[in-house]
Amino acid sequence: MTETVDRSIEPSSARTSSAEPSSAEPSSIETSAVGAARGSAGVDDAANEVPSEVAARTAEMRQVLDRKRARDARLNWLAPLITFGLIIGVWYFISYVRMDEVRRRTALPPPHQVLTDGFLVWHDRKGIRPILESLLVTGRVALIGLAISVVLGIVVAIVMNTAKWAEKSIFPYAVVLQVTPILALVPLLRNWFGFGIASRVVVCVLIAIFPVITNTLFGLQSAQQRHHDLFALHGVSSLTRLTKLELPGAMPAIFTGLRIAAGGCVIGAVVGDFFFRQGAIGVGRLLDNYQKDTRIPELITATICACIFGIVIFAFVGWLSNRMLRSWHDSAGADT
Amino acid sequence: MSTDVSLTFSDVSMIFPDGTHALDQITFTVDPGEFVALVGPSGCGKSTLLRIASGLTEHTGGVCDVPRDSIGYVFQDATLLPWRTVQRNVELLGEFHNMAKAERATRASDAIELVGLAGHEDKFPKQLSGGMQMRASVARSLVMEPKVFLFDEPFGALDEITRERLNDELLSLFRTKEFAGVFVTHSIAEAVFLSTRVITMSARPGRIISDIAIPFDYPRNPELRYEPEFAELCGDVSNSLKVAHA
Repeated sequence: MTETVDRSIEPSSARTSSAEPSSAEPSSIETSAVGAARGSAGVDDAANEVPSEVAARTAEMRQVLDRKRARDARLNWLAPLITFGLIIGVWYFISYVRMDEVRRRTALPPPHQVLTDGFLVWHDRKGIRPILESLLVTGRVALIGLAISVVLGIVVAIVMNTAKWAEKSIFPYAVVLQVTPILALVPLLRNWFGFGIASRVVVCVLIAIFPVITNTLFGLQSAQQRHHDLFALHGVSSLTRLTKLELPGAMPAIFTGLRIAAGGCVIGAVVGDFFFRQGAIGVGRLLDNYQKDTRIPELITATICACIFGIVIFAFVGWLSNRMLRSWHDSAGADT
Repeated sequence: MSTDVSLTFSDVSMIFPDGTHALDQITFTVDPGEFVALVGPSGCGKSTLLRIASGLTEHTGGVCDVPRDSIGYVFQDATLLPWRTVQRNVELLGEFHNMAKAERATRASDAIELVGLAGHEDKFPKQLSGGMQMRASVARSLVMEPKVFLFDEPFGALDEITRERLNDELLSLFRTKEFAGVFVTHSIAEAVFLSTRVITMSARPGRIISDIAIPFDYPRNPELRYEPEFAELCGDVSNSLKVAHA
């Protein structure tokens, strides 16, 4: 009853046989031929008795492949590292060769000064500490905004998925939401949600909800007709259809939306800091202050920290997506 | 198991809204314990007939009498849910019909065992070969113990060797579970090997050309495929299809 297609058997036995080139006599050709003729049951026996020159050639090919793989792996970190070095070099060049002392201080201090005045200073009002504290504030705004966007976005998409008229009546306004410049909404948001944290969260939601809605809707609608037939055959309710077919099938698309939304929320939170200044100081507000006070090394430090924060959130969502989907979905985490 | 179920098609016709005349006055019955194979050229409406039998498609003429509450339907491809393991896929229909969790699990395990997938319960569909996916699909239908089994070219995408093995296994299932079966296929040999009757259909609009009884007793050995009588019956089926196209 069992089928011959067990993919795990063949490659692994080939590997064990070629790692140690076997010293079998040429006479073993006969036995291996017999083993092959016996079919899959004899695969293991046959593999152990490959003629030595064949095994040697296989080992050689494997070595070439391994070397290539190692080279590729090295390239993964070496290439970005070289780029980083180049950027630092150009930075030094501009800072010391192209600029006079005043400009060097007010526009682009050299990299080591960013370290000595920014990253490496631990003080209440100077260096990295206020930056990290402001990132906590901004981060919290971004995460709350992201959570609201995800929940609300998925709910809206489910509503749009239940009926064509719901989709047709909501979609244009979702697009309007997406294309409206946040700047144009700032005065209204101030009136409605005040000058503090609430308005910052709203900005995040305004930026992040659209990708969640569209990707979720796309995912819900991507359930295949043959699966719908299977469900229809058993007369299931639309709720069962949603929970057992459409939502699980939409998960890869939802995670795609979540990634875009995560990036958008970080941007939204920083932008929100600029315009809604009441309450705890976020990193956007801090950037603005440093620029006004020409504290350039700290300005650059804060910028880099904000970047890293965005990358961390993005990578976390990617990791989560990969973890949840990789067991069944092919493309999960392919681009992390 | 009681086998007091039969399928009846009388003058079933189907003309789609776009004017496609798919089926024309199809009349036949499938009695309990019968396994009927439908053979015909592509697009002759074989699959449409199964969809009508199962209630997925409404027909436009005639009467179709099928006990809808006890249908197993095996689709052209396995239609497994990719995010569920084999075990959970096979349990799906039990979930639809609010079967108790423990019973669902036991029945699923039994069905998985029966189709030879024991040991693969925790695998996801993408880890299975095409043949194994089809077995899982059959197991999924078995859980509800259907009295009528509709097969829509289930093994069409598989290689010859796997297909023949699955045919052998399907026959042993047919003998132990005693369902009435309708099996749509392109393969004449498959039709003759599996069924008690082969019904051939013409190209669109699909009409019944011939209804050929296959007198071999069950259990049928795989070697039956090489008997002269088997070849002769295949020839009959093939001829009736050719006549219709001449």
